[in-house]
Amino acid sequence: MMPFFTLRGCNLSVSYPDLACSDLTKDFDAFRAVDRVSFEVPQGSFFSILGPSGCGKTTLLRMIAGFQSPTSGDLRIKGKSMIGVPPNKRPVSMVFQHLALFPTMNIGDNVGFGLRQRGVAKSEIKTRVAKVLERVGLPDVSQRRIDQISGGQKQRVAIARCMVLEPDVLLLDEPLGALDLKLREHMKVELKSLQSAFNTTFVYITHDQSEALVMSDNIAVMNKGRFEQIGTPHDVYHAPSTAFVAGFVGDANVINAKVSAVNGAMLTLTSNAGTEMKIDAPANGLSVGQCAQVFLRPEAIELGTATDGVNVSRGEVASVLFNGANSSVTVKDQSGDLLKVALPQTGSFANLRTGDSVFTRWDPKQARCYPASGT
Amino acid sequence: MTSDTSRLGFYLLLAPILLWLVVLIILPHVGLFIVSISEKIGPREYETGFANYAAFFNEPLYWRTFARTAIMSILATALTLILGFPIAYYIAKLTRGRTKTTLFLMCMIPFWVSELVRTFGWMILLRETGVISNALQYLGLVNGPVEMLYNDAAIMVGLVYTSILFMVVPLVTTLDSLDDSLIEAGYDLGGTSTSIMREIVIPHAMPGIVSGCIVVFMLSLGNYLTPILLGGKDSLWFTGMIYTQFITRFNWELGSAFGFLLLALSSLVVFAGLKLSRQSLTETMGRA
Repeated sequence: MMPFFTLRGCNLSVSYPDLACSDLTKDFDAFRAVDRVSFEVPQGSFFSILGPSGCGKTTLLRMIAGFQSPTSGDLRIKGKSMIGVPPNKRPVSMVFQHLALFPTMNIGDNVGFGLRQRGVAKSEIKTRVAKVLERVGLPDVSQRRIDQISGGQKQRVAIARCMVLEPDVLLLDEPLGALDLKLREHMKVELKSLQSAFNTTFVYITHDQSEALVMSDNIAVMNKGRFEQIGTPHDVYHAPSTAFVAGFVGDANVINAKVSAVNGAMLTLTSNAGTEMKIDAPANGLSVGQCAQVFLRPEAIELGTATDGVNVSRGEVASVLFNGANSSVTVKDQSGDLLKVALPQTGSFANLRTGDSVFTRWDPKQARCYPASGT
Repeated sequence: MTSDTSRLGFYLLLAPILLWLVVLIILPHVGLFIVSISEKIGPREYETGFANYAAFFNEPLYWRTFARTAIMSILATALTLILGFPIAYYIAKLTRGRTKTTLFLMCMIPFWVSELVRTFGWMILLRETGVISNALQYLGLVNGPVEMLYNDAAIMVGLVYTSILFMVVPLVTTLDSLDDSLIEAGYDLGGTSTSIMREIVIPHAMPGIVSGCIVVFMLSLGNYLTPILLGGKDSLWFTGMIYTQFITRFNWELGSAFGFLLLALSSLVVFAGLKLSRQSLTETMGRA
């Protein structure tokens, strides 16, 4: 990614990204909540910041919204620095975690709040509120009270309240967290389609990887105040650049192992329990004798009857976890390592029972391998 | 069987409040009303009629005092609200944990001593030979001693001081329940401090404001000690007038009529206040 300042310096006609952060840092006393974070979000894209709770993503979002000021670094929206600009003067709007709709106003007044602050004429407020409510699929609700609509509708009202102001960037702070599973699945799709309909830049923070994977154009995975990786959902899932990303995004078997041989990109590792594995991992920087962590996705492991080949081992089904299309089994291999294996969606192996003996096989290219952290 | 015992329990629990209502509120008022509509036509001779009420309207001193008490009480309520709201907002929204408890406690401390002692405190400050007068003379701002007691301003100070806690407590409770993210959302959508106060904070705090105002207004209207001590002989507070009728003039009939008029007045003002603020009494008392 090209640093922002060079862009500005060499070519003024270049359109600025909607949001650009460079070396943004926030310290709370001795604790560094956000640590030199840099990223750019191009116009009209859906950008997610994914991380566990306490990773600093909320602090980052609040700095973008203007509720907290960064200790150092710069934050630009459409090329203008936002340092020292109060939240009510920034061209960003935020959808709060619990939506923060004003319970003392009806829906029309809620959506019209921002326009009233700007001194827009009453009749124009009315038409613009009606128009935006129609765009989110809620015509004729403006007279209703907040407690008279459902959770999903509140969600859309909260988005309408921001979108009516036509912000450059819309920030969303885990707004789906309070919804039940069915509605959450539905809202994911809806949010994405709203985003493309409005063609506004969305910055979405979440700890739910499936929300991030489904909706985003780009995902930043955040841990302990830093961005571990920025990439497309596909990259983040299939080519995680750090052990944290590999473990946090998606399901993975984590095997602690020691490198026993290096042959170009092909590594041979021995797990702590004694199973031998071959992994095709170019540019891994590992050397013989080093401890490593191997990440293997449950769906990358194949169940079968083949008895020989690379990474084939015989095991015994230790437990069956039935979960409809996401069913899986844990297989204990001969040295005692447990592997979680996804059952094929075709229905084969559906009759597998605890204690059955199976062969597992996986492609050396499918596993990821990182130097073990700490030890 | 079970319904019988639960019904018995219900009545037993209801008994104290019924007893309280009937014995302490309804019975005395019925008695007072009967006394207020008896006209004295001779020694131990009475006739039913509204002459006592007529006396109130025919004597300008009575109804002027009445009106003065009402206006001063409304003014005291407004002043208490203006002073109490920032205090409550500060305690509820801008402080956390220990500081919050300490500040709240500091609001309560004056109420650990009796109202009489508190009012004497103000007298020590405000009288001719008092602290403020001496300080002004020492600083050379005035030549002779200044008397700050025995005027309407002193009464107002006393009334606000005695009742501010009853404004702060309901306000802190309602403001506490205001989610901070609503205020942040207001700023985020381009609101200024003034517009957020007007459109978000005050509408939310309305039940607290109204219940605080009702309590403070009733306390001020029915206050006897503060106007007498700080306002002196000329305080002209309606409760003082009732006291005079009952105790000094031994005219219980007129005193009772005054009592009923005061009750009518406070009910009327509270009703008008609720109508103006578009709040209902049940909602206000239920939420605050």
